[in-house]
Amino acid sequence: MTRCIKHAAVFCALLLLALLVNITRVQLVQAQRYDDNPANRRQVIARYGRPRGAILVGGRPVTGSKDTGEQLRYERTYKNGPLYAPVTGFASQVYGTTFLEHAEDGILSGTDPLLTPFPLWNDVTRARNPGGDVVTTLDPAAQEAAYEGLAGRKGAVAAVEPSTGRILALVSSPSYDPAVLSGNRHSVERSWRRLNGDPDKPMLNRAVRQTYPPGSTFKVVTAAAALDAGVVTDLDEPTRSPDPYRLPGTSTALTNEGDGCADASLRAAFAWSCNTVFAKLGVDVGVTDLAATAAGFGFNDPGLRVPFSVARSTFDRHVDKAQLALSAIGQYNTRATPLQMAMVSAAVANGGQVPAPYLVERTTTVNGTTVATSGVRSRFRAMHPSTAVRMRELMRDVVERGTGTNAAIPGATVGGKTGTAQHGVGNSGTPYAWFVSWAQGEQDVEPTVAVAVVVEDASADRTDISGGGVAAPIARAVMEAVLGG
Amino acid sequence: MTKPGTTVAAQYEESPKPWLSEPADSSAPAPRVPRRRGIELALIVVAVLLCVYGYCDVGLAKNGTVPPGAAGYGAGLGVLALLAHLAVRRRAPCADPLLLPIGVLLNGLGLVLIHRLDLETPGHRAAPVQLVWSTVGVALFIVVVVLLRDHRVLQRYAYVCVTAALVLLALPIFFPSVNGARIWIRIAGFSLQPGEFAKVLLAVFFAAYLAANRGALAYTGRQIWRLRRLQLPTGRVLGPIVAIWLLSVGVLVLERDLGTSLLFFGLFVVLLYVATGRTGWIAVGLLLAALGAFAVGTLEPHVHSRVEDWLHPFATIEAGQGPNQLSQSLFAFAAGGLFGTGLGLGHSILIGFAAKSDFVLATAGEELGLAGLSAIVILYALLVERGYRAGLCLRDPFGRLLAVGLASIVALQVFVIAGGVSGLIPLTGMAMPFLAQGGSSVVTNWIIVALLIRISDSARRQPQDDDGVPTP
Repeated sequence: MTRCIKHAAVFCALLLLALLVNITRVQLVQAQRYDDNPANRRQVIARYGRPRGAILVGGRPVTGSKDTGEQLRYERTYKNGPLYAPVTGFASQVYGTTFLEHAEDGILSGTDPLLTPFPLWNDVTRARNPGGDVVTTLDPAAQEAAYEGLAGRKGAVAAVEPSTGRILALVSSPSYDPAVLSGNRHSVERSWRRLNGDPDKPMLNRAVRQTYPPGSTFKVVTAAAALDAGVVTDLDEPTRSPDPYRLPGTSTALTNEGDGCADASLRAAFAWSCNTVFAKLGVDVGVTDLAATAAGFGFNDPGLRVPFSVARSTFDRHVDKAQLALSAIGQYNTRATPLQMAMVSAAVANGGQVPAPYLVERTTTVNGTTVATSGVRSRFRAMHPSTAVRMRELMRDVVERGTGTNAAIPGATVGGKTGTAQHGVGNSGTPYAWFVSWAQGEQDVEPTVAVAVVVEDASADRTDISGGGVAAPIARAVMEAVLGG
Repeated sequence: MTKPGTTVAAQYEESPKPWLSEPADSSAPAPRVPRRRGIELALIVVAVLLCVYGYCDVGLAKNGTVPPGAAGYGAGLGVLALLAHLAVRRRAPCADPLLLPIGVLLNGLGLVLIHRLDLETPGHRAAPVQLVWSTVGVALFIVVVVLLRDHRVLQRYAYVCVTAALVLLALPIFFPSVNGARIWIRIAGFSLQPGEFAKVLLAVFFAAYLAANRGALAYTGRQIWRLRRLQLPTGRVLGPIVAIWLLSVGVLVLERDLGTSLLFFGLFVVLLYVATGRTGWIAVGLLLAALGAFAVGTLEPHVHSRVEDWLHPFATIEAGQGPNQLSQSLFAFAAGGLFGTGLGLGHSILIGFAAKSDFVLATAGEELGLAGLSAIVILYALLVERGYRAGLCLRDPFGRLLAVGLASIVALQVFVIAGGVSGLIPLTGMAMPFLAQGGSSVVTNWIIVALLIRISDSARRQPQDDDGVPTP
């Protein structure tokens, strides 16, 4: 019997040993696989277990965190949510994150290894860093001016600092309050469905994710290409262009809104936005040079990030001459985001260099220690510095005595370009009103702000639509806000 | 009277009523046996302090303060343990000094874990009730230690035990089923699981019956394939025990409590093997187990789904229905890693239903880690080992079989439920001894420890020799 008891004891020992081996398998060998299983709520609980870092505008947080006491404890809150929604995006417990909340999620949620005081420290202590802060480049005054200027009309504003590429304003309208998507209650799902079903698309970030035909504002690019290529050498020399201009290879005649465009000089044609002159100039420059200049300004670049990605602005390289003529006046397949057009304006203001736009000045830990800083990077050279000087002159003329007088600011040097872009099948859609500009204050040595404004303005009378009438005042308000600050 | 010089088997073949024999040590000179009650007291103090530390740790982690009830909790557990210790000191002075401290530590740890999970479910507080049941358990422990002067007395009540066990097993059939299993009865707001008590009673019966008939079981019968080891006993000897076993298993299948059924079967096979030394029993046992498992696994949908869950724990996740309890349990274990998250910092409440009872080990795994969980498993192993050691040291077959049976109950139960929640075997509902929420379970386990204390006391009082067999 003793022998059998010993056998039974060994049997029991084996059972318990099997338990230990299996527990080791689950807790050590397979642990990572179980931890990473998407159905395992622990990572989500840990993510919302502490307050999310703040996004700062003008030194003040525009976001916050609310302790709900629920399983997913902290919920995102927003101050001035609709105003900053195109910048912050939303941080939802159900629908994920967008824009800065997405691009800087590692910092904001505290998972970025750079937030750790020492390497591997958290692996040992099982601690989690508090979320860090993201300091934006935005100018709150400019942002508010742009938002108020759009006044709920469909459109967008982008403003950058020409010398650095710091984004000063990024507004999309109509907007929404991202706070309604923060939590995980049933109302969040309803808000999500309502926002997605809204025909005005309030969650669409028109400043960076929507491309529009730039219309006449693209003439800045065409003019720069013509000057760079030597097609035009003297701003005041007649351009030998007919009015109306018959598109090459077709019987279609291109006309202008106003008179006096026949054989106009580049200066006059730019100031009065002569389609005929720029269509012909585009054809004269040729697709290769025009496309190269457009690319220099940032067109056809799919990889732009600020740090969230920006939709690609396009200039079609595979065109016949008629299409090239239309492309040169910002129609046909030419499309641009408002941010892209702000970069066009900034390139002129910055001596031909296009700065890489960026939205995050620096990221910090919760105590304010800098984690990372955005450096100023020059991306492309869009044109010769001498061309830039002459382009500034052309753009100044637009504001001083051309179509853009609404943008003039007393005591400041302002350059601009209006645009009214046809779109839709047979150009039946309500045209878009554009205005791109830059401004230099009296005390400044160089322009300090470049703006692009687009107003879809579906509610306005069609004949009233013009960049100068609708979009220029908004641009002026933004520029004034920047110069005044 | 025991005749010196006869073998154990022969002895009982001659004596039709072995339980009437006198205690073996009454005629032998009693040597001085080290009592080690001081060690027991010291270990109890350590166990109580560990539990109070855990209790404070939970409070510190959840609220940042030492919980106000810490002193009361420590005092309550301490007084219970002290009373139990005094009972042992007085009535079983030679008992194994490890058994009681292990019981105190596991019970205290269970209370801490349940209290910790209570913090996540403010509406359903289980720890106070569990504390009441623990008090009842310790009270019964004291009653058993004080009143049961000699474990051999139980041999007299073998048939009373088996009748009581069958009644207890049958009772829940007349009560509504809870969560698919008919294993509870509700009286005056308290729910009881009579199957828990039945297992001790059945262990007593198996031990008594096998001790009385083991000679007949081992040495009569016909050989199969001319192999001596595969000798089956005659139906006359085997009949009653198989009938009892079939009945209990039948009742359990009716009640859908597969875990307890598995436990009884394992207990039965182990005791049969220990009593007769026949390997054939193991072969037959395993064959029956395999057949039974296959039949139940395919035919019974409740069990079949458990097997499917075990084979594919993440099937519900892949089907988009979210994680089931087993995968939540595995997640909890995995989240613990080597050292655990620390008490109060895990999320094992995600397991949901039965997190405090069947799945309480997952909380231990998440918050104490592999290190803490291994310690707990080793505590159980020690408990089992002390039970087996008491059995080895005893001379009377009933006591040996009872000790082995009780220790095996603990081992099998730990294996079935811990293996179930950690994905080693299909999950069957069962209480983790001492740790899990459940009054019947904790009371039963205290009775098991009390019986083992009594047996170990007898074992260490008698003169020892190498093999634990009576000296000629």
